[in-house]
Amino acid sequence: MATIHVDGNAYDVDGSNNLLHACLSLGLDIPYFCWHPAMGSVGACRQCAVKQYKDENDTQGKIVMSCMTPAADNSWIAIDDADARDFRARVVEWLMTYHPHDCPVCAEGGHCHLQDMTVMTGHTQRRYRFTKRTHRNQYLGPFIAHEMNRCINCYRCVRFYNDYAGGTDLGVFGMNNNLYFGRHEEGTLESPFAGNLTEVCPTGVFTDKTHTRHYTRKWDLQYAPSVCHQCAVGCNTSPGERYGSVRRIENRYNGELNGYFLCDRGRFGYDYVNRDDRPRQPEWRSETQSEWHDTDAGVTLLDVDPALDRGADLLRSTRRIIGIGSPRASLESNHQLMALVGKDNFSTGIAAAEQACLERMAEIDADGVLTTPTPREIESHDAVLVLGEDLMHSAARLALSVRQAALGRRDALAEERDIPVWNAEAVKTLAQDSYHPLYIAYPTATGLDDISASHLRLAPDDIARLGFAIAHELDTDAPAVPELDATTRTHASAVADTLLAAERPLVISGGSLASTAILDATASIARALGRKRANRREKRGGLLLIRREANSTGLGLMGGQPLEWALDAVTHGHADALVVLENDLFDRLPEAAVEKALDATRALIVLDHQRTRTWQRATLGLPAASFAETDGTLVNLEGRAQRFYQVYDPRYLHPECRIHPSWRWLDTLRTSLERQPQDALTFEQAMDDCARAHPALGGMLSAADTADLPAGIELARMPHRYSGRTSMRANIAVSELRVPEDPDTPFIFSMEGYSGFDRPRQNVPFAWAPGWNSPQAWNKFTDVVGGHLQGGDPGARVAGASGPALGDYPAADAIPATFTPRNDHWQLWVLPRLFGGEATSARAEAVVERIEAPALGLGEHDAQALQATDGTTLTLDAGGLQRRLALRVDTSLPGGIVTLPAGVFPEAASGRWVQLRKEEG
Amino acid sequence: MTAIPANSRLRYKSQLRQSDDERHENTHPLTWRLHDDGARIGLDEYQQKNGYVGAQNALNMDPADVIDAMKTANVRGRGGGGFSAGVKWSLTQVGDNLPRGYVVCNADEMEPGTFKDRLLMEQQPHLLIEGMIIAGHANRSKYGYIFLRGEYVDAARSLALAIEEAREAGLLGGSVAGSGFDFDIALHTGAGRYICGEETALINSLEGKRANPRAKPPFPGQSGAWGKPTVVNNVETLCNAPAVMQHGADWYQGLSGSLSNDGGTKLYGVSGLVQRPGLWELPIGTTGWDILERAGGMREGHTLKTWLPGGGSTGFLLPEHLELALDFDTVGQYGSRLGTGLLTVVSHRQSLIALLRNLEQFFARESCGWCTPCRDGLPWATKLLQAIEHGEGRPGDIELLQEHAKNIGPGLTFCAHAPGAAMPLESAIRHFRADFEAGIAASHNVVGNNTVGNKEVS
Repeated sequence: MATIHVDGNAYDVDGSNNLLHACLSLGLDIPYFCWHPAMGSVGACRQCAVKQYKDENDTQGKIVMSCMTPAADNSWIAIDDADARDFRARVVEWLMTYHPHDCPVCAEGGHCHLQDMTVMTGHTQRRYRFTKRTHRNQYLGPFIAHEMNRCINCYRCVRFYNDYAGGTDLGVFGMNNNLYFGRHEEGTLESPFAGNLTEVCPTGVFTDKTHTRHYTRKWDLQYAPSVCHQCAVGCNTSPGERYGSVRRIENRYNGELNGYFLCDRGRFGYDYVNRDDRPRQPEWRSETQSEWHDTDAGVTLLDVDPALDRGADLLRSTRRIIGIGSPRASLESNHQLMALVGKDNFSTGIAAAEQACLERMAEIDADGVLTTPTPREIESHDAVLVLGEDLMHSAARLALSVRQAALGRRDALAEERDIPVWNAEAVKTLAQDSYHPLYIAYPTATGLDDISASHLRLAPDDIARLGFAIAHELDTDAPAVPELDATTRTHASAVADTLLAAERPLVISGGSLASTAILDATASIARALGRKRANRREKRGGLLLIRREANSTGLGLMGGQPLEWALDAVTHGHADALVVLENDLFDRLPEAAVEKALDATRALIVLDHQRTRTWQRATLGLPAASFAETDGTLVNLEGRAQRFYQVYDPRYLHPECRIHPSWRWLDTLRTSLERQPQDALTFEQAMDDCARAHPALGGMLSAADTADLPAGIELARMPHRYSGRTSMRANIAVSELRVPEDPDTPFIFSMEGYSGFDRPRQNVPFAWAPGWNSPQAWNKFTDVVGGHLQGGDPGARVAGASGPALGDYPAADAIPATFTPRNDHWQLWVLPRLFGGEATSARAEAVVERIEAPALGLGEHDAQALQATDGTTLTLDAGGLQRRLALRVDTSLPGGIVTLPAGVFPEAASGRWVQLRKEEG
Repeated sequence: MTAIPANSRLRYKSQLRQSDDERHENTHPLTWRLHDDGARIGLDEYQQKNGYVGAQNALNMDPADVIDAMKTANVRGRGGGGFSAGVKWSLTQVGDNLPRGYVVCNADEMEPGTFKDRLLMEQQPHLLIEGMIIAGHANRSKYGYIFLRGEYVDAARSLALAIEEAREAGLLGGSVAGSGFDFDIALHTGAGRYICGEETALINSLEGKRANPRAKPPFPGQSGAWGKPTVVNNVETLCNAPAVMQHGADWYQGLSGSLSNDGGTKLYGVSGLVQRPGLWELPIGTTGWDILERAGGMREGHTLKTWLPGGGSTGFLLPEHLELALDFDTVGQYGSRLGTGLLTVVSHRQSLIALLRNLEQFFARESCGWCTPCRDGLPWATKLLQAIEHGEGRPGDIELLQEHAKNIGPGLTFCAHAPGAAMPLESAIRHFRADFEAGIAASHNVVGNNTVGNKEVS
């Protein structure tokens, strides 16, 4: 602790950071540009100048940069000093000499840090009378627009893109006042974290193109605290809506989870919510039509009550109803489906192979030998082993966290040499290429290889063997791997030594390769590490298991039969009705099997917000609310239950639509079926029902908000400057409709509520504070800058299933044999991919542009054996199923395996042996 | 290697104007070996003239004693900073758990009006190598780098050859001169940026990065090239080390006698409209008058209006200041700096505004672009000067220029580049405000007329 004196007042602060951080954390305003809470200080912009005095008797003082000055005990500074104020005004005047002053046409206007800082420093008059330097802009891909003339040269973009996120294709060119921040040539920014530039850039150089396409100022957007549905990490987001469509996704600060940054799939993959072809009214398909599912003919649009009546009648006429849930739907919706069909008739909607992995992961987590770190905690681990995951594709935000863990070595070195860790460039200089050890085993190259101590490209069976070998090296009680070659043994031994020596080792694995063998190996390592480090429990190791979808973990805890069971039940006549919740079965299992089951189904009711192939087959389709139109709870891969809130009511501006939350459709359908009409289910009841029915999910109730507000005050979804609320429906009816009621949340669809920062709360729809319109306003909501939200970070860990302790190591026969390539056959592995590998974001326009043409991956020798090169069309033959695809020679890939990106041929399953043929001609 | 060809276009700028009979081992440690014709001194001749004796002495000493000797001799940084070389060396972090670092010679001589280091490197490269061996030993460095200005092709040839000669003679490489101390030197030629003369920008450039200066602290002695402890010294500074090691610190300190507290001699020089521009090795603390006299005074028809004591980044001084002792502390008291000690004289017949504009344009162009005052302040100041020069000055421009000079001063910017540019700007207005006022009064500016473009700055 340290006491600092600012403008005559004494404050107690954590003395380990710099004065800028300390003052901002105290709520004192100092303008700044180049400094960023996640990226430390570099002293470039000189905007944060303050006056520092030697002691209380010093009246002269001298100007220092608060970001480069330690908040040492007994520091005496003045922010409100005439010299410092004047210098700060000059700095912003200099920065603005070449700025185009194009705020009215700039997408940044209204959430612009440069605007905020210009106002804060009082720069109101332009004295520079000469011409301005101008630049040409670049095309940077479908996500990000570039306008270099607005640049104030703060270097934040390259520091984030290169230093923090490991990108290589954004740089700073030129010198003096002719700097250019861009790519060496036009082209798509390659980093999957490029979208953060839109928030990192203090002005409008990098802006969100998807937002610009249907632009609305920040103050005119309606927000709610939301959770990203595009993978299992569950980053917190703030979707902004106007006129019934989502206009952009902003990062929502969560100190334990995503901090200041999102991945591009999460940020730009929202547009499926706005699709024109979305189902907006219940659809009834006449059964009398032949070939009806190939055409829109025979489809009747229904209102809510007729739809429910017909749905209830339909179900009443069947013998047995099977419910197929979804890992992309909320716990509440899944639970209501289970309540409708009964626990014994509930399927998770997850394919058996994936579900086996999920169950295995739940067991390993329940065993609790190693703790599951939060994403923030990942950053403080000093040795990481990644077994069978390419985080950049399977959980991108965590790849960024693991990168920070590896970079943590820099901080350790800096501390040894008395260099403060916030002195970013100095720390980088000192450490050069030193990283904490990161070991990766994966079939091909991964996005973190560049900072890894070693990366082995192995067939999945060999990854499992390596894992078992590491466990055995850690603890000889763990089963030994038979016929282990010397290279793998040496490698395993090195990894084991590192994990033992580390202060906080972390093991990351998951279900991406659908291999329970890899998970068994991971369990073995966890157990061995736990035993060997039993006397060091104060610094426990961590274990993190990657799941695929937004609610995979939650559904795993809820339980249910795999999807194959559900299809078998109808195919074999054990049931004749299916209710499918937000799930496209064709994405999960082979087309033929799904078709066969659906053909055998007498009644098919589908709830979804997307017009999927399964929807097209439904007798009754019920239009479901997307994440932006309802509330719900998801459990992310660390077991954190998080609540997402309704952003807007779709019926307010589109009264004709009949979109409702799935949980409400299902509850009403059940009461109609049981002929027990009730009041509509509230979200709170839905949440309670779910938590009561599933003890493992009990903790989900703690994920609710904790805002302490005076009676009668609700939380505003709209900024107080929101315009047009009373007139925006004038094209529909001139009389003003009252705002929609929201019985389910503490939020109101209005600006007439609380949106301040001084009452601690967890769920903040949008960050705004007086004078702070940009995302930097989050610093007003945190306990200390870069710390935790004052009301606590959102979400709560659910207890999880209390399974039996694993006790023993997996049996020796769990260890697979060495992978041996076969003649004329290749083992197929479906690899996750960021863009295109997830069903909903793959329907978002901008993401579609970003999806690379899918290709089969083959090692160099295998390609030569087939006399195929890049671009050669190959036929993949998986026992009757034939698919054609171009080849991409993957020099990283070991022989004998062929890879396929996720989301291309859903029927292709990992681990199958397939034949490949070169197309003739 | 022969002497620099008589017809070399580059030669005249770096001419020693002292003849053989004036230069002696006991008075001219830097130049006593040099020939009147400028012929390069090879290894044999260098060794015959007591070359590498200082290094031998140093290698037999404890590194701490070498540093103490440098401190006692009070060798101050000859690149213009004036920081004690001995103190700098004592700040290099050493220890068993620390990696051995680097000694880097700053040979990026690019200060406007400065041409002293090239003389030493072209004609007597072994003196620098010897100095670097001493510095390397004192700082336990693993390797030495000479960061040489790219345009110095003759110096590059001379140094490259000397490094080879020294390696062959066992003076570089494993166990230097049988001492057990491993040390070698690489020559790195720069790509041509003034900012590379700033020691941390130089290190970044050496590492292959943008030549942006680094924040200090940490100083290079803690974390320099590739994060290792690094000491960066100017060519002339390092060239003084051999004599200190050979003849002792007291002898060296005595060279300047009663002229100055600073020790040793200095390579002074004069450029501009004088009779005999060139270089002289003189005791540090010699007055400007003495030096200007050696240069033969102003050329026919010119009188001295003002002068810069040591390069473009030092402040203008008046003729009356010629009587000052040219050492680091004295000049600093008169709103200027000794800098490199190479005088630039300005005649009454030259336009001060144009000269200053030229200088500021140079500094604006050579800004690395890292910090705001330098990157955006210098071009604005330059454009104001251009406007005055073009007859487009306006009332208030002088005050705006003064405001700039104040706000790009020491402590306000990231490195010393902009404060260096501020010094001539501030001192020119202080001494010659009338020139600026006359320029603005002569302005034929009409509203909207603006011939000051951007291209001239960047």
